Amino acid sequence: MNTKTMRKYSPFFLAPMLISFTIGFIVPFILGIYLSFCEFTTVVDAKWVGLKNYMKIWGDASFVHSLWYTALFTIVTVLLINVLGFATALLLTKKIRGTNIFRTVFFMPNLIGGIILGYIWNLLLNGILLYVNRTLTYSGTYGFWGLVILMCWQQIGYMMIIYISGINNIPGELVEAAKIDGATSPQILRYVTIPMVMPSITVCTFLTLTNSFKLFDQNLALTAGEPSKMSEMLALNIYNTFYTRNGWEGVGQAKAVIFFILVALIAIVQTRLTRSKEVQQ
Amino acid sequence: MDAKRAKHSGLLSVIFTLVSLLWVFPIVLVVINSFKKKAYITRKPFEIPTDKMFVGLDNYFKGIERTGFFDAFWTSLFITVFSVAAIILFCSMTAWYIMRVKDAVTTAIYYLCLFAMIVPFQMVMYTLSKTANMLHLGNPVGIIVVYVGFGAGLSVFMFTGFVKSIPLEIEEAAMIDGCNPLQTYFQVVFPIMKPTCITVMILQAMWVWNDYLLPSLVLDQKKYKTIPMAVQYLKGGYGSVDMGAMMAVLVLSIIPIIIFYLACQKYIIEGVVAGAVKG
Repeated sequence: MNTKTMRKYSPFFLAPMLISFTIGFIVPFILGIYLSFCEFTTVVDAKWVGLKNYMKIWGDASFVHSLWYTALFTIVTVLLINVLGFATALLLTKKIRGTNIFRTVFFMPNLIGGIILGYIWNLLLNGILLYVNRTLTYSGTYGFWGLVILMCWQQIGYMMIIYISGINNIPGELVEAAKIDGATSPQILRYVTIPMVMPSITVCTFLTLTNSFKLFDQNLALTAGEPSKMSEMLALNIYNTFYTRNGWEGVGQAKAVIFFILVALIAIVQTRLTRSKEVQQ
Repeated sequence: MDAKRAKHSGLLSVIFTLVSLLWVFPIVLVVINSFKKKAYITRKPFEIPTDKMFVGLDNYFKGIERTGFFDAFWTSLFITVFSVAAIILFCSMTAWYIMRVKDAVTTAIYYLCLFAMIVPFQMVMYTLSKTANMLHLGNPVGIIVVYVGFGAGLSVFMFTGFVKSIPLEIEEAAMIDGCNPLQTYFQVVFPIMKPTCITVMILQAMWVWNDYLLPSLVLDQKKYKTIPMAVQYLKGGYGSVDMGAMMAVLVLSIIPIIIFYLACQKYIIEGVVAGAVKG
């Protein structure tokens, strides 16, 4: 390919994407880093205050609470969703009548937006809790398990689809050979199926990890952090710091930077793990 | 052995049928309650609306009127269709260019896109909404620029993965036949990219259509609402939520998604799988 002719056309190929990318990502990102060291109420009146915002974060009990709440939520949902998604995928690849219908049904909640999902489950869970005279906003624990149930309902189908394609890609000879060698079903699962779907497992773990850690819409619609911020996750905590507390914009931005660093760390560690597993195979 | 297996699979079918019914139950419950008088929704959510509770389509009329649901629907549709189209066109062009012309600038663009993929929205939430306001992008056309910008990372990354697998000979043949890069791109490269286009389209459409936070911060809320914003507005706009109107609006929001899903199910599931493998 003639690079010189290509270069002449670079404005056509790059300009639309680069202009939007600058407006939608690069400028807000750099400005965001800068403002996390400033005190401001609008972007124009920013005053440099150094690390003051970052110091203030740790005195904010609601942030520390939401950090642990989110971490615990992430661990619980990642485990539940992946175990249940994988188990469903295993069963649905066993030539059961109606597999396609089940797959269609389980996947469906993924297409519905988080806000709508939140209100759907608000109705159902509050309806059930009516029998014990409680509501979802009775305590942080009720909201926690409500969110866990909602996330499982939404995400199991998605992960199941990925696991099904991983299981279907296992060469049939491999399973046959194991059977001829006298392997039992649990042995086949342990020594053939699981190692062979390892790439799917890492992808699904990554997706569930980031989805749970960054959860916002469902949290806002299901409990909105009630009662008194006890069911508030990180993303919602940052949002509330920006938009409901006057004079805390800088702190909100500093929280956002911490949030970004945590998400980036999770992503990097996870990709490392993926790579090390790929080498072994 | 075979008889035992058949019995086994029959039992599993029954169990899965029950679980499937349980899976759709939350949505069915919302549909049932959308025909109920609002006072009964919170008190008796599990009862079928009988004479006293039944209100016909009243909740729907109220919900549509209060949220301006049809306007919200068209706003959502407009933003989704044009944002996704712009993302596919511009990101695939960028991806092809940066894979074919290797220099410091294109390498930098590639790594910036990788980087953008891991940045959560909260990080740029505030500054992005201020930037968009300053540039007067708070309308359904302007927000497309924001979506292309924030969605570019993942899309460029996925397209570059595909461009690597396109044999150079095809493009060279087109160039020798006298095509300039733009003609080569649109007549030769873009058609080959169709499978990746579908994957990106599915993933980004699911994101843009359901997105709540970005449009609620960027759009001028008094003039424009997307569907998720309309739903949330029912709660935020009035002290206590009118559960009747809420149920009706939820049903109306779910119907287009279900129709779309049943029509394009094959592509959606394939797109999700392909997207997961590459992402």
